[in-house]
Amino acid sequence: MSSTASTQTGQKAQSLTLVEAIQDGLYTEMSQDDTVVVLGEDVGKNGGVFRATDQLYEEFGEDRVIDTPLAEAGIIGASIGLAQTGMKPVPEMQFMGFMYPAFDQIVSHAARLRSRSQGQYSVPMVIRAPYGGGIRAPEHHSESKEAFFVHEPGLKVVSPSTPYDAKGLLAASIHDPDPVIFLEPKLIYRAFREDVPTKPYEVSLNEAAVRREGSDISVYTWGAMTRPALIAAENLSQSHGIDVEVIDLRTLSPLDIETITESFKKTGRAAIVHEAPKTGGLGAEIATTIQEEALVHQEAPIKRIAGFDAPMPLHSLEDYYLPQAVRIQDGIRETVDF
Amino acid sequence: MNMKNEAGSKDVPATVREDSDLVQVLDAEGNVLPQASVPDISDRRLLELYETIKLARHFDQRAISFQRQGRLATYAPMTGQEGSQVATSLALAEQDWLFPTYREHAAKYAHGMDLTSLFEPLRGYREGYAIPDDVNVMPEYIPIATQVPQAMGMAWGHKLQGKTDTAVLCHLGDGATSEGDFHEGLNFAGVFDVPAVFVCNNNQWAISVPRERQTASETIAEKAQAYGIDGVRVDGLDPLAVYKVASEALEKARNPGPGELRPTLIESVQYRFGAHTTADDPSVYRDESEEEVWRDRDPVDRIETYLYNEGILDSDLESEIQDRIEQEVSEAIETAEQTETSPDNIVEHVYEDVPARLEEQRDELNRLREKYDDGAFSEVLE
Ligand SMILES: Cc1ncc(C[n+]2csc(CCOP(=O)(O)OP(=O)(O)O)c2C)c(N)n1
Repeated sequence: MSSTASTQTGQKAQSLTLVEAIQDGLYTEMSQDDTVVVLGEDVGKNGGVFRATDQLYEEFGEDRVIDTPLAEAGIIGASIGLAQTGMKPVPEMQFMGFMYPAFDQIVSHAARLRSRSQGQYSVPMVIRAPYGGGIRAPEHHSESKEAFFVHEPGLKVVSPSTPYDAKGLLAASIHDPDPVIFLEPKLIYRAFREDVPTKPYEVSLNEAAVRREGSDISVYTWGAMTRPALIAAENLSQSHGIDVEVIDLRTLSPLDIETITESFKKTGRAAIVHEAPKTGGLGAEIATTIQEEALVHQEAPIKRIAGFDAPMPLHSLEDYYLPQAVRIQDGIRETVDF
Repeated sequence: MNMKNEAGSKDVPATVREDSDLVQVLDAEGNVLPQASVPDISDRRLLELYETIKLARHFDQRAISFQRQGRLATYAPMTGQEGSQVATSLALAEQDWLFPTYREHAAKYAHGMDLTSLFEPLRGYREGYAIPDDVNVMPEYIPIATQVPQAMGMAWGHKLQGKTDTAVLCHLGDGATSEGDFHEGLNFAGVFDVPAVFVCNNNQWAISVPRERQTASETIAEKAQAYGIDGVRVDGLDPLAVYKVASEALEKARNPGPGELRPTLIESVQYRFGAHTTADDPSVYRDESEEEVWRDRDPVDRIETYLYNEGILDSDLESEIQDRIEQEVSEAIETAEQTETSPDNIVEHVYEDVPARLEEQRDELNRLREKYDDGAFSEVLE
């Protein structure tokens, strides 16, 4: 992968994949602020199982890029303590499916220390975790359980869908005074490249991105599903003249309710695409928010195109589980033709 | 003892300490050590031990090569660890239970799972996780250490119901000893004195993190002391030593003598010769010379030498066994490759009955499959 060295060559931008942009983002933040430390399983010498921390160990040494014992509760609990000393921990959970041992530390403590101490203490940290399916992985390696964390007040939840956003959102997350769950869509870790500025920059945690403007229906999505949603939009525009607006939420908590409702007021129709199970997923929250804010503009039932209410199957069936472009297209047409 | 650098040429890794607490029967070549007590096993059983270890080695090689050909997904190799896996399983009585990890392919096979079912999940079919009624094996555990309290609970349940002829054997890695579940499970096991044997397959590495980064304790076996249970450290590349230690621990779990404790933590000292999984590259984090030293203690060679020395094995029998193994593994993979499944399976076995809502989701998928062809669903999501 492109090494951190290229950051120093004086170029204004480099063409990076999403995982390279994350690595570059970590490098940039660690260079500027030596309280930033990366810790987790295999993040050091190995450079992370997805290479997201590649070269950082060589660059910053074992006291800032720390291989920990295999213990998620320990990693997050320790990070909460580190944060109390003025350090900026960026712990990595190797896969989202292995975050559960740390769940108690995250929801009972990281999320609540600020409110519990009435603002006296806070937990500025960024928990990075690769998530989602589609990479032919074994059981537990394809989880997409963002709703667990969105449901917990006190946490921010972020999921980039492009290399540019990955670096900018990561920077904003690291600068944020509250704990952020930074969910990395591993399906698109290496799917495409994009120009990413070498200089530091932020992408705001308050703004959804309008990826494609349209007037007939608003499609709300995030992470890896942004790509099939855009493909579906393009296909429908060509085959049926349906003009689809695609909104990439980027920050899942707190939601950018303004961008969500403004789009809906324009189109009057909505489809929400996520790979997580349908029931209790973030789609339900978005649909209800739209109805609360803009019911009078509604022209058709709101459609959710989501994963099944079943565990993610092993890879022989995962293509049927994840929303594919055809499923998204079909859902959009149903809503538009209502 | 002989785990030491007998040739004096290569550096002995720090993990292979010369220590008196390591149980061994065979030396590095496979000769019986002078003070060793050889476990009492029939020739037939010894040959079974040998054949199963050889089969495991062959299975591993085939699985790695199938993975490279794109015929299997990510696979966790076991070369170097087969001796311990097979010996612990052959020490089990039929009614005993096994809690395996994602690397315990041979342990599962030796306790009754068929080879085809081991290949199926690697081909993406959950069907292979199905356990026949007469086999006491839990489906593999992928989240680290989660099986430890569960194995304890099963052993406890047996004890509470007076079924003390049944022991539970639970595998885990050295990395697993860092997780809270490990400590909670062992603590319960001690408090409730349950008929369970925990085998820590200390292969020195948890992906890229060495054993010394998991614990500052000198050994893993000594952790047992803190939970009030027995701890034993055994040469995990010596199948006879592992068999002996595991049989004794299982027997004690079922039938403790006066003052004896039921639970045991066995630290089986071994080495992962290959990569953590086929997605891993060990050259990034470890030195190859380390592997060479352990290679000199290969469990397959040691048991083979022992059997030749005892006159139980000769070259004719060896090649007959090899042929049988190759055929059995080929047949299993062929059968696994013919496995078929249907997208309907996504909704099966989530609950005993498929809830109406899930049925609707399945019907919706089938409607789309009819409308578009299946190919439209396998478009790469990029
Ligand atoms: C709870 C949890 N965290 C992280 C992982 C990812 N992971 C899979 S295997 C592994 C290392 C396990 O090492 P060890 O327990 O020594 O067993 P080994 O693989 O060496 O047999 C890790 C970190 C996981 N499976 N489960």
